[in-house]
Amino acid sequence: MENMHALSQILLFPILGALIIAMTPKEKTDSIKQIALGAMVYPFIITLIVYLKYDTNAGGMQFSEYIPWVTDLGVAYSLGVDGLSLPMLMLTEIIGITSVFSSWYQEKRTKEFFVLLLVLIAGVTGTFVACDLFIFLLCYELVVIPIYIMVLIWGSTKRVPKEYAGIKLTIFLLMGSAFMLVGIVAIYLSAYPEGMRTFDLEKLVLSSRLGYLSSDFQIFAFFLLLMGFGSLLSMFPFHSWSPDGYAGAPTAVSMIHAGVLKKIGGYALIRLGLMVLPLGAKFWAPLIAVLAMMNVLYAAYIALVQKDLKYIIGYSSVSHMGYVLLGFAALNPVSLSGAVGNMVAHGIMASLFFSQIGYVYERTHLRSVPELRGLSHQMPNVSLGFMLAGFASVGLPGLIEFVPEYTIFVGSFGVYPVISVLAISGVVFTALYILRMLAKAIFGPRSVKFDKYHDAKGFETAPLVFLGFFLVILGLFPELFMGVIRSGITPMTPMLEKIADAPTIVDAVIRYVGIGGGLW
Amino acid sequence: MFDFALQSAWLIPLLPAIAFAVIGLGTRQNKQLSAKIAIAAISVSFVLAWSVLGAVLTNNITVEAPFIAKTVWTTIGKIELAMGMLIDPLTVVMLTVVTTVALLVEIYSLGYMAHDPGMGRFYAYVSLFVASMLGLVLAISFFQMYVFWELVGLCSYLLIGFYYYKVSAREAAKKAFITTRIGDFGLLLGIIMLQIYVGTTDFAELQLQLPHYIDVSGTGMLTLIAFLLFIGPIGKSGQFPLHVWLPNAMEGPTPVSALIHAATMVVAGVYLIARAFFLFNQIPIVLEFIAWLGAFTAIFAASIAITQRPMKRILAYSTISQLGYMMMALGVGSVTASMFHLMTHAFFKALLFLGAGAVIEAMHEEADIFKMGGLKERMPVTCKAMTVGVLAIAGIPPLAGFFSKDEILAAALEHNFFLFLIGSITAFMTSFYMARLLFVAFYGELKDDCPAEETNDFMRYPLVILAGLSVVSGIWGHFFGFGEWVRFGAPVHEGINFFVAFSSVVLAAAAIWLAYAIYVEKRWSAHGLAARWGIFYNLSYNKYYVDEFYVIVRYYGCFVVARILYWIDLNIIDGAINMLAKLTGAVGGTLNRAHCGSVQAYVICFYGGAILVMGYALIYAYKVLSMAGGAF
Amino acid sequence: MIDLQKAFELVVNIGLPHCLLLSAVLFSIGLFGLLTRRSIIAVLMCVELMLNAVNINLVAFNRFGSMPDHAGQLMAIFGIVVAAAEVAIGMALAIKLYRERNTINVDELDELKG
Repeated sequence: MENMHALSQILLFPILGALIIAMTPKEKTDSIKQIALGAMVYPFIITLIVYLKYDTNAGGMQFSEYIPWVTDLGVAYSLGVDGLSLPMLMLTEIIGITSVFSSWYQEKRTKEFFVLLLVLIAGVTGTFVACDLFIFLLCYELVVIPIYIMVLIWGSTKRVPKEYAGIKLTIFLLMGSAFMLVGIVAIYLSAYPEGMRTFDLEKLVLSSRLGYLSSDFQIFAFFLLLMGFGSLLSMFPFHSWSPDGYAGAPTAVSMIHAGVLKKIGGYALIRLGLMVLPLGAKFWAPLIAVLAMMNVLYAAYIALVQKDLKYIIGYSSVSHMGYVLLGFAALNPVSLSGAVGNMVAHGIMASLFFSQIGYVYERTHLRSVPELRGLSHQMPNVSLGFMLAGFASVGLPGLIEFVPEYTIFVGSFGVYPVISVLAISGVVFTALYILRMLAKAIFGPRSVKFDKYHDAKGFETAPLVFLGFFLVILGLFPELFMGVIRSGITPMTPMLEKIADAPTIVDAVIRYVGIGGGLW
Repeated sequence: MFDFALQSAWLIPLLPAIAFAVIGLGTRQNKQLSAKIAIAAISVSFVLAWSVLGAVLTNNITVEAPFIAKTVWTTIGKIELAMGMLIDPLTVVMLTVVTTVALLVEIYSLGYMAHDPGMGRFYAYVSLFVASMLGLVLAISFFQMYVFWELVGLCSYLLIGFYYYKVSAREAAKKAFITTRIGDFGLLLGIIMLQIYVGTTDFAELQLQLPHYIDVSGTGMLTLIAFLLFIGPIGKSGQFPLHVWLPNAMEGPTPVSALIHAATMVVAGVYLIARAFFLFNQIPIVLEFIAWLGAFTAIFAASIAITQRPMKRILAYSTISQLGYMMMALGVGSVTASMFHLMTHAFFKALLFLGAGAVIEAMHEEADIFKMGGLKERMPVTCKAMTVGVLAIAGIPPLAGFFSKDEILAAALEHNFFLFLIGSITAFMTSFYMARLLFVAFYGELKDDCPAEETNDFMRYPLVILAGLSVVSGIWGHFFGFGEWVRFGAPVHEGINFFVAFSSVVLAAAAIWLAYAIYVEKRWSAHGLAARWGIFYNLSYNKYYVDEFYVIVRYYGCFVVARILYWIDLNIIDGAINMLAKLTGAVGGTLNRAHCGSVQAYVICFYGGAILVMGYALIYAYKVLSMAGGAF
Repeated sequence: MIDLQKAFELVVNIGLPHCLLLSAVLFSIGLFGLLTRRSIIAVLMCVELMLNAVNINLVAFNRFGSMPDHAGQLMAIFGIVVAAAEVAIGMALAIKLYRERNTINVDELDELKG
C-alpha cells in the first residue's frame, strides 16, 4: 500500500471521474451518475483500507508521497496522512459518497452538476492530504469556484435570494483565503532564509521548533490565520455566511460544506496555526475561547427562533463549531482530540441532517417548520434520519457526538472554568431547539396535505443508512476514531507543555493597562 | 449457575439491547414476534439478575467488597473512560427490582398494547430502556452512569412521546427531556469537575482517593461538586423545582408510566446518591440540603396530589412525594431506609399504575376519578390489587410500605424532629389522597354509562404478582436483614421503633377514615371543603402555578432573548457585512465614472501619466547628479 | 551674426539629434492624431506614425550609439512586423465594426464605459 500511491489515487480519482463525465454526452444521465458514484466508491474503499492500515502505534505521516515540483520556490507535490488528517479524510470520503447518493435524483443539468461535485470533493480531499502548503492552498482555491456556481444554478431562494447566498458564501471564503494567503506567505518568507525556503509543512514546523520564528511574528501571523480559518469555521462574528449559505445551497453542497469544508478551518488552525505558530496560538487562545463561547450560546439561542429547517441546522452548526473552537483554545491534548473528534462527529451529523432536509424539500418544496407538520406519518424513514441526527446533535451517548463533546469539556474546564460552564450550558439550549424542531416538523397530528408524498425508499434511504451506520458505530465504539486522533495529537504534547506558560493576550492587556496606570 | 451469572452479568443489559436492535431493525412491523423477542430477552435477564442475587449471597459479596469487572471504552488523553460492572448488594437490589418490574410490565403490555399499531416500536423502546437502566445500575463510575443516565432520558422521551400524533404527548416528551436535561447539565459539570480535581470518576477509586484528597485540598471544591452532582437527581428524580415534567410524563402509555416514571428510571437519582454516598457523606451540608429538599418535595407534591382529579396525575404526584421521601432518607444518612423504600415503592407503585392503566383502558381513556365509581363490582381483581397497593403505600402493617416508611421516619426522627414531623404529615396526606382515589373510583356508586369490564389475563396476572410482592417485600426485607446487607458503613438494624410505628399507623388509619367519611359516607361535602379553603384549594389544584412560572421563564428567558439576538444577528452583524459590501459598491461606483468608454480619453490619461512620471524622473535625476557634482 | 558655416554643418551633418528630433515630431503628430481623430482608420494610421517614430529612434541609437551592434535594427524590424500585424487586425476590426455598427467613429464606440 505504501508504494501504491494510495493518496494520489484518492485525490485524483474524482478528477478523473469528472473528466470522463465531461466527455460523456449530457443526455446519458444514468451513466453520468454511475460514473460519479464509481469515482467516489473507489477512493472510499481505498480510504477505508488506508484508515485500517494506518499504524496508530507508529503515528506520524504515513502513506507519504513526494515529488518535487517547483524546486526554486520549494514547492513539492507532497501528500501524507497522520492521525489528524486521516479522520478528516475518512469523513470527506464518507460525506462525498453520500452527497452523490443524495444528488441521485438531480435532473437539472446533471452533467455539469456532477462534474462540479467531483471537482469539489477532490479539492476538499486535497486540503486534507496535502503536506505542502502550496498544494493545500491550491486545493482550497479549487473548492471555492464550484461552490459558487452550484449555489447559483442549483440553489434555492428562501429568506434571501440564492444569488445573495452564493456571493456571501464565496466572498467569505475568499476573504478568508486572502487573510490566510498573507499569513502563509509571511510564514514562508520568515521561516527560512532565501534559497532554503519551502512550503513543506514539516520543515516549517521544524523551523518554528528551532526558534526561527519570533514570538512577535507568530502572534502577528497567527492573527492572520485566525481571521482566515476562523471565518471559514464560522467563528463569531464571522459566522453569518453559514446559515444563509447553507439555505441557498443545493443539498449536496450543504452537506459537503457543513460536513467537511468548514472543518478545513479547524483542521488548518491545528495543523498550521498551532503546529507552526504555537506561541501565536497560545497568545490568542483566551480570545478564541470567549468567541467560542459566544458561538455556542449565541447561535443556539438564535436557532431557537428559526423557522427554516436549513437555518436551524445552519445556526446549529455554528453553535457546534463553538465547541471545536473551545477545544482548540484550551490547548491541551485532551481538548484538542475532542476538537478533532467533534469535527468528525459534526460532519456526519450535519450532513445527515442536510440530506434528510434535502429529501423533504425535494418532495414538498417546504422547509419551514410551521408548515411541515407530522412528517413522521408519511415519512417514517426520513423522520428516523432527523431523529438520529437530532439526538446525536443533542449529544446523547451511543451516538457519535457524545464522546468528543465530553472530551472537549474535560479538556477545557481546567483551563477556562467559567467559559466552559457557559459553553456546557449549551447542551440545554441545543436540546431546546433540536426538540422544538423535531416536535413541530416530525411529530404531531397527521396533515393530509403530505399524504401524496412517499417516504424515502430503496436507494433514497442510502444517505440515511450510510451516515446512520457511522453515526451509531462510531458512537458505540468511539475508539475507532478517537484512537486515530489520539495518535495524531499525542506527539504534540511536549510542544503544548512548552507553550503552557507563554504569554497570552490577557497578559498583554494586563501589562498594557499596568503601564497605562503608571503613566496616569 | 451463580458464578456464571456473576461473571456474565454484563449480559443482563446486553440482552434487552440486542432485543432493541433486532426489533428496531427487523421485526418492528410484526407485533407478536417483537413482543416475544423483547419478553424472551427480559426473561433471561430476569433469571440472570436473580442468579446474581444468589451469587452475591453465596459469594460473600458485600458493600465493602464488591465484584468489579471493567473494560476500557475509549481513552482521552491520559484519561481512560471505562465501562464495566460493579456488583454489590445495592446493585443487586436494583437489578432484581428493575428486571422483575420490567418483566411484569412487558407481560402486562401484551394485553395493554394489543390493539396499538405501534406495538413493535413500543417493545423496542422498552427494551432499550431496560438495557439502559440496567447499564446505569451496573455502572462502575460516574461517567458510565452519566452515559446510561442520558440514554434512559432518551427512552423516557421516546416513550412519553409514544403517541407522537398527540400534541400533548409530544409537548410532554419535550418538556420531560429538557427539564431533566437541566439537571443533567449540573450532573455533567459535577462529573467533569470530579474528573479534573480529583482525577477519577470511578466509584471504587474515588472511595480510595477521597480521604487523601480531602486531607490535601479540603472540602471546598468537593462541596460544590456534590451540589452539582445532586442537580442531576433533582431533575431525574423529580425533586422540587424540576419536578414539573413528571406529571406530564403520564402522557405515555400506562405501562411506561409504571415502569419508567414510577418504579425504575425516576429512582435513578436516589440510586446515584446511594451509590456515591461515600462522597456525599463527607459533606454534611449537602446531605442536610438533600434531606430538607426531599422533605419539602414530599409534602409539596402530596399537597398537590390531594386535589388532583385524573387518576394517573394523582399517582404521579404521589411518586414525586415518595421520591422526596427517599431523598430525605438519604439526607438523614440512611441508605438502607432509602433503598428499602425504593424497592417496596417500585412494587406497589408499579402495581398502582398498572391498575390505573387497566381502569383507564376499561373506562375508554377516561382518567378523571370522579367520572368513575363503583368499579369494584365490574373489576374485582383489579380492585383488590389496587386496594393492596393503596394500603401498602399508606403504610398499613404488614404491607410493604409500613416497614420501609417506618424506617425512613425512624431515621428522620433520629436526625431532626422537624423532618420527622414533615414526614408524618406527608404520610397522613399520602394515605388520604390514596384512599380518596380508591374510594372515589372503586367504592362509590356505579355510574350508569360505565363501560368498564375486567381486563384480560395478560393484564391481570402481573397485577396479582405485584400485589403479592407488595405484601411480602416489606416483611422479607424487615425480617431477613435488608439493613445488614444494603447499607453504608456499619449495619443499622433498628427494628421497629414503636413510637414511630404507632404514630404512623394511627395517622394512616385516621387519613383513610377521613377519606371514607368524605367520599363514601359524604359526611362532609368535598365541594364545601374546597370552597371553604378556596385559596389553598386553588393553589394546590393549580400545582402552585409552578408550570406557569416556567412558561414565563421559558418565554422571556429563551424566546424573547433569542428574538433579540436574532435581530442583532440580522441587523448588526449581518448589517455590518452588508454595509461593507455596499460601501465597496459605492466606492466602485464612484471610481467607475472615470471609465467613460472613450478610448481617446484613456489615451490622454495614459500619456498624461507617462509625462508626469518622466518629469519626475528628470527632476530626480537632476537632483542626484547635481549632488554628485553637477554634470549638467 | 549667425555662424553660417556652423549652421550649415548643423543642417548637413546629420547626427543623432536630427533623428531624435524627427522621431519626436513624428511621435507628436501621431499622438495628436490619435487623440483628436474621430475615424478609427485615422487613429490606426496615427498609431502607425508613433510606431515608426519609435523605429527611427531604435535605428538612430543603433547607428550613433556608443555600442554599435545590430540589436537596434533588429528591434526596428520586429517593430515593423508587429505594426503590420496590428494594422491588419486593426483594419479587419474596423471593417467588422463598420458592418456591425455602421460607423467607424470612435466617439460612438463607448460601450466599455462602466
